[in-house]
Amino acid sequence: MPDARDAILERICSATRRGADENAPARAAEEFAAIARPYLRAGRLDAEARLHLFIDRLHDYDAHVVETSADSLPRTIANVLQQHGQRKVIAADGLPHEMLPRDFEFLAEREAGIEDLNECDGIVTVCTVAIASTGTIVLAHGPGEGARRLSLIPDRHLCVVRAHQVVETVPEAFDRLAPSATHPLTFISGPSATADIEMTRIRGVHGPRFLDVVVVR
Amino acid sequence: MTIRVAESAQAPSFQKAALPLLEDAQLRRNVRHATDVIQLKRAQVVAETVDWQELRTTASDTKAHTLRYLDHYLLQFEKACTAAGGQVHWAADADDANRIVADLVRGYGGNEVIKIKTMTSDETGLNEALEHEGIRAHETDLAELIIQLGRDRPSHIVAPALHKNRSQVREIFRETMHLPDLGDRPEDLTAAARRYLREKFLRVKVGICGANFLVAETGSVCIVESEGNGRMCLTMPEVLISLAGIEKVIPSFQDLEVFLQLLPRSATGERMNPYNSLWTGVHANDGPKHFHVVLLDNGRTSVLADAEARQTLHCIRCAACLNACPVYRQTSGLAYGSSYSGPIGAIVTPQLLNMEHGQSLPYASSLCGACYEVCPVKIDIPEVLIHLRGRVVREQKSALDAEALAMKMAAAIFASRRRFEAAQRLGRLAQGPLVRKGWFGNLPGLLGNWTRVRDLRALPPQTFREWWKQRAKNAERSGHA
Repeated sequence: MPDARDAILERICSATRRGADENAPARAAEEFAAIARPYLRAGRLDAEARLHLFIDRLHDYDAHVVETSADSLPRTIANVLQQHGQRKVIAADGLPHEMLPRDFEFLAEREAGIEDLNECDGIVTVCTVAIASTGTIVLAHGPGEGARRLSLIPDRHLCVVRAHQVVETVPEAFDRLAPSATHPLTFISGPSATADIEMTRIRGVHGPRFLDVVVVR
Repeated sequence: MTIRVAESAQAPSFQKAALPLLEDAQLRRNVRHATDVIQLKRAQVVAETVDWQELRTTASDTKAHTLRYLDHYLLQFEKACTAAGGQVHWAADADDANRIVADLVRGYGGNEVIKIKTMTSDETGLNEALEHEGIRAHETDLAELIIQLGRDRPSHIVAPALHKNRSQVREIFRETMHLPDLGDRPEDLTAAARRYLREKFLRVKVGICGANFLVAETGSVCIVESEGNGRMCLTMPEVLISLAGIEKVIPSFQDLEVFLQLLPRSATGERMNPYNSLWTGVHANDGPKHFHVVLLDNGRTSVLADAEARQTLHCIRCAACLNACPVYRQTSGLAYGSSYSGPIGAIVTPQLLNMEHGQSLPYASSLCGACYEVCPVKIDIPEVLIHLRGRVVREQKSALDAEALAMKMAAAIFASRRRFEAAQRLGRLAQGPLVRKGWFGNLPGLLGNWTRVRDLRALPPQTFREWWKQRAKNAERSGHA
């Protein structure tokens, strides 16, 4: 409806007492840049305290957290999968091979159909950035992070987070996400949950019921 | 153009609708419990945020700025979204929006849609409009599902079914999902909803959502949710349609670093809600192949035109003001006759309707200011309520209205000391038969509205001024003595 578009824009102009104005974009940009941002942008914690906070926040959401080193990462992943008796596990396309245990057979994401996603025991991905203050993992769905459905339909999500990917504050995360601003982005803070019935938090409604986070120091 | 906000044009006045709700002890218990829990959680996560006030200020400044250049930012959004493969539609009112959505669904050959909770679609009455066109809408948010299956109305912006307790939900699910043995633990009820909806997520081809934020700079849309039903509707269907009010636009991607700290803490008392999704147009091999945004006015531009009430459009629909409101907590959202309830509803609904309906809503407040204190974008709701009460009187009432006449008379009396003191003396004489032990219990006529729910102290035998004069006289006398 092109006429609705014109009518709405015209009503906005008259409501804000501005006529059609060619300089509006420039003035808007100038005024926008002048908005004060006195809130905390940079974190204050050292690396150790930051990781500690991140893990603490994840525990608050009932996520399961394991710490490991780069060398032991494949073994740690194998242990976590075994611990939960996971057999059919899908690996996100583009996941670095050296990360995965060799003696465990993964189904590749590109070969997995919706039925596989619906029936599998779990999936493995990496992430783009993680936020300590809120216990959040952000997927920009690039290599190793899977398409959005991969971390949605299965019941269990194992996400590998490297220490250098963990920032303290939400603004720091947005700085790092700027290059991926037009990617699909998914912020995950714990397993899916609802509190719609009597404000009782129930874990696992439609997204994964279990979130395993492997933190690589 | 006809502006419509759910069924609010036909709704009874707040004061009338509130009476039966106040008699419903179960409903009041449910609402009190839910709002207490959210308020407590919110207070904890807000207290630990040392820069909370700074975040509020920046959010408020950002919204005020965006509204000043709303046309510019909407055009920027349209351009960026279109460049990324999305299609942008503009709807002047609710019927326009419903028609656009129905035409799109039919155009893609669909007769079913899955929906994420969107108050905007409740505002336009989208589900009923789709049904009229032979299209079935499935609500997928747990609370919305409870409301839809129970043929109820939403009573809260964030948790629309908080007026129902577990056994009431069980009865609804038992009957509509045909599960005679369903238990009443929240776990059982949630699991039932999961099973009921999963098949729909994997099958239905068209998804409908609202928008928490539209990012002008990138053309992205942001949805904030908890259950994963949102992600399902955003990812699984082939077609996605987003219905968004024009005030949902924000200038830049970076602005989300402010709003995504404020919204979850205010709405559900979480540091971050389980899932935030952002997408930009259509993404290859990931998610829907077709994406449409419907930008809705439906009265928002007339709110924009009122400089003193424009801040109403800052709202990010967190519902913190509902949980904090002593009036809402007694009546629930069902008394407000609109998709939008509580203090924010009391200012949004009548303004969208150009003050032609919902005139009782600005009076549904004690003006205590709790709503302003918790608002993450600093909407001074009490100030807007008072402004709107003024508009109700100025725009709606004739000069012969009894209350307006009384106010005019009062203004004339207050304008002169002589007249005021004369009125006080007259009042003392006239009050005699109505006063019991120093209190008015029941006043006659219009004044009875005040004493129906509270007592009023009688006029004292002497005013302060009279006492002061008397004191000076007494002093003089004793000085002479």
